[in-house]
Amino acid sequence: MKIALLSALNAERARRSAAVLVTDLESGEQRLVKSGQLKKDPLANALQEQLRLGKSGTIEDQGRRYFLTVQSPPVRILVIGAVHISQALAPMAKTLGFDIAIVDPRTAFASPERFPKAALHAVWPDAYLAQNPLDRYTGVVALTHDPKIDDVALSAALKAECFYIGALGSKRTHAKRVERLKGTGFSGAGIARISAPIGLDIGASTPAEIALATLAQLTAALRKTDAVPAKPKVAVAR
Amino acid sequence: MVASECDILAKAEEWAKENRGVALATVIETWGSAPRPVGSHLIIDENGSFLGSVSGGCVEGEVVTEAMDVIETGKAKMLEFGVADESAWRVGLSCGGRIKVYVEKIE
Repeated sequence: MKIALLSALNAERARRSAAVLVTDLESGEQRLVKSGQLKKDPLANALQEQLRLGKSGTIEDQGRRYFLTVQSPPVRILVIGAVHISQALAPMAKTLGFDIAIVDPRTAFASPERFPKAALHAVWPDAYLAQNPLDRYTGVVALTHDPKIDDVALSAALKAECFYIGALGSKRTHAKRVERLKGTGFSGAGIARISAPIGLDIGASTPAEIALATLAQLTAALRKTDAVPAKPKVAVAR
Repeated sequence: MVASECDILAKAEEWAKENRGVALATVIETWGSAPRPVGSHLIIDENGSFLGSVSGGCVEGEVVTEAMDVIETGKAKMLEFGVADESAWRVGLSCGGRIKVYVEKIE
């Protein structure tokens, strides 16, 4: 592979833009097809299908075999709330290979001492989201319990069709949340995409265990096709 | 922490820009229970340092050896591994699957 091609592929990833590297397995010839050029490519249909599946793979076209290296944007997790669970969740998410950002306007919580290595933003979620819009390759984890902080992010996540949306809180807290979201015009089916109480039911009790349950549930949403109802197709490179 | 396939590609770029000879190995096809999915990468430099994986460690040694050759000649190679392979006594996939790995030089 030409180094220029590899650089271009990596640059697309850094921009959170999808791209497919096409390798002719007979001749070794390669080309990079960026998301904006997909439709014009001779292999347009195959490229779009492979990108939709989010999987690299071999295809055949007119007797020639091509390998398609599918690169979809890296999975990102936006955590609302610089709380105890987030402290445990941040390093776990990194180990799993997810980019993570933590947003909490409460500076007492969002302090670098509490999160020495994480991307921490001591701002309100709407301010953060104005600069960093959500996309479906992002999972949103709301952990503050505080509607003033959580709800904005949850609404934005529902609109952006984030692949995973989870919110901390008891069934009672969540029932109130559902009512509030319905009040702002979301349908019941849409709101049902929010996983609450958050996390797989593993009987988690400590903050670290809740972080584990949450990341397990998020991973299931990413990898299993039937994990979350009405999940939009998310193409994610491994 | 290098965890995803994309991080590995970023690392490959970094290595190549340091003027190290670098080869990229990619799982092209799998049959049966293969340990790593299609699209998984392993990068190898001229000294045999490597990062990533194309199997659970079963055939990496062989891929690294072949990659040294690819770095030297600049010619891409298609490798196949599986228990049915005649080299199974030497390298193979204990899980019983088969994989095809494309090895190319970054230049």
